[in-house]
Amino acid sequence: MTAPSISVSETPLVLYTLRRADDALILGHRLSEWCGHAPMLEEDMALSNMALDLLGQARTFYTYAAAVEGNGNDEDKLAYLRDVRQYRNLLLAELPNGDFAHTMVRQFFYSAFADLYWRAMMTSSDATLAAIAAKSEKESAYHLRHSSEWIVRLGDGTEESHVRAQRAIDDLWAFTGEMFAVDDSERGLIEAGIAADPAALRPAWLGTITAVASEATLVLPGNDWMQQGGRSGRHSEHLGHLLSELQSMQRTFPGATW
Amino acid sequence: MYTQALNNNSDAADRTIEDAAHTTAFQARIDAEARIEPNDWMPAAYRKTLVRQISQHAHSEIVGMLPEGNWITRAPSLRRKVALLAKVQDECGHGLYLYAAAETLGASREELVDAMLAGKAKYSSIFNYPTLTWADIGVIGWLVDGAAIMNQIPLCRCSYGPYARAMIRVCKEESFHQRQGYEIMLTLCRGSAAQKAMAQDALNRWWWPVLMMFGPPDQASQHGDASTKWKIKRFSNDELRQKFVDATVPQAQYLGLSIPDPGMTQDEEGHWRHGAIDWSEFKQVLAGNGPCNRDRLAARRKAHDDGAWVREAAAAYAEKRKFRQAAQAAE
Amino acid sequence: MATPNTPLWEVFIRSRNGLAHRHCGSLHASDATMALQAARDIYTRRGEGLSIWVVPSGAITASDPAEKGMMFEPAESKIYRHPTFYEVPEEVGHM
Repeated sequence: MTAPSISVSETPLVLYTLRRADDALILGHRLSEWCGHAPMLEEDMALSNMALDLLGQARTFYTYAAAVEGNGNDEDKLAYLRDVRQYRNLLLAELPNGDFAHTMVRQFFYSAFADLYWRAMMTSSDATLAAIAAKSEKESAYHLRHSSEWIVRLGDGTEESHVRAQRAIDDLWAFTGEMFAVDDSERGLIEAGIAADPAALRPAWLGTITAVASEATLVLPGNDWMQQGGRSGRHSEHLGHLLSELQSMQRTFPGATW
Repeated sequence: MYTQALNNNSDAADRTIEDAAHTTAFQARIDAEARIEPNDWMPAAYRKTLVRQISQHAHSEIVGMLPEGNWITRAPSLRRKVALLAKVQDECGHGLYLYAAAETLGASREELVDAMLAGKAKYSSIFNYPTLTWADIGVIGWLVDGAAIMNQIPLCRCSYGPYARAMIRVCKEESFHQRQGYEIMLTLCRGSAAQKAMAQDALNRWWWPVLMMFGPPDQASQHGDASTKWKIKRFSNDELRQKFVDATVPQAQYLGLSIPDPGMTQDEEGHWRHGAIDWSEFKQVLAGNGPCNRDRLAARRKAHDDGAWVREAAAAYAEKRKFRQAAQAAE
Repeated sequence: MATPNTPLWEVFIRSRNGLAHRHCGSLHASDATMALQAARDIYTRRGEGLSIWVVPSGAITASDPAEKGMMFEPAESKIYRHPTFYEVPEEVGHM
């Protein structure tokens, strides 16, 4: 007996909120995989702090999504009882940690976006989203600071670290476009003043990324083909494995309280 | 904590000559409950004992992240997940405070860690047991942290200042760990039959190893006497073990779980007397033959080796920056 | 395979405005920027701080405990530096 997946009525606002929740949960989960295995104890502390910030964001977004949906779901049902095709996170968030350079570049790309995005969302006409954004912005600002410092040290450190950092940038670049993509469902929320338009943030994001990469003696790739799919549930092969681990207890023991 | 640099006085070697007057004065300070601070004169054996004990304690915190870390990605609710991650992170912090306390005695964190990775330094034998189910996370918080707190509270009054201060911080932070574990157990015991069985199974597997955490019985302990005289240790292994058992039995009763010790009895004074501990198992685990000794060391070695290029990059960048700043200043 | 040593830093935290920075612990970091971030991540995760100083441990000059007689005992006899040395009749009130 395993617990079946729930169904969620994805109105535009529910879908929007789930996307943000899923980004935060999946990236936070990835970061939490480092706990006990980081390159130094000090960094173990830092990675766990970032993971805890993101998991906290995920919880508030899920709770809000459940309230907006009004079908008796809650944060745990939304996190633990949706299948891979129902997850709405960015592909970037679900990619495996790889080496420390991959983890930091992923964090850097995402945080540089999230910081701008949450700042823009602070003026959302939806008071709950604006409040979550205000809290998240402070967290992402620090994540950006921390990951930027590492990008500079890895890029301008040793020959080996430079090669690894450059490889991480090359590998992850194609997953950055999805952060700025908007579909019809989200377009309506942008027009209603509920959601911020991510496309408008891309120049500022690129400015941040370019400045840090240049200080780090790293080069941004020229290719502009971007992978898409996470927002509509077409994920990489990695997410299914992550979810089978994340959800194993809830799936194995239907309806149990923990 | 104090600094490594403080210990590098040029006449340090002269001052470690252990003349009788120094030793007597030192013991008099200990007897008067004065604290010993990093640069104070201390017998070489006191320093050695402390470096050994504090670094073992630090290794235990760091290796101790692994069995619980095994469940961070599988925690059954988001609330449990953040609590567990925060707890395992705390253990990392505690390891870090403790290494810093050991460093005030002239050791470096790197050499202490290298000794652990080489298998030359010990850590608590309890972390060589596997976490098989979610209930193990509850039992670890309730009993393993409970036992650790029993050990650590008296260490807050240890004669060596930096160790005592580290312990005060650790105990303050750890107060949530045991409650977190007990709450998990309580939820399981109030849950389905399968959940309660999971809780009982975990208690059955962890009970005896937890009793062994307090170390060999008093008549067999090798470090007891000197450590007691120096007020590093304030209670004997058996005293602490008894205190722990007396505190734990009613908690198990409240949960409706049975302690896996058919020989356990309560004496007239109310103390719960446990049955005979299988010390041969303890010796095997210490000798490297516990179920997870190899896995734990392999995991720490992998983290260390995989992180080497990151630490080298940070050091290389720091050098470059220093050089550039010097060049800029010269212009 | 000895690991190269990463520099040691001392961390001082101001827990509230109005209070002085207080030594709270140490950490290892390759440079000052990383030391400051590590201090934030290690020593303020329960809201303990509003301001952090990090100082390279090697930059601290400390007095030698073996010289504490010369350093500190001469001050002990200067009791006239304390208010209780002086007698003022009780009727005069608090002074």
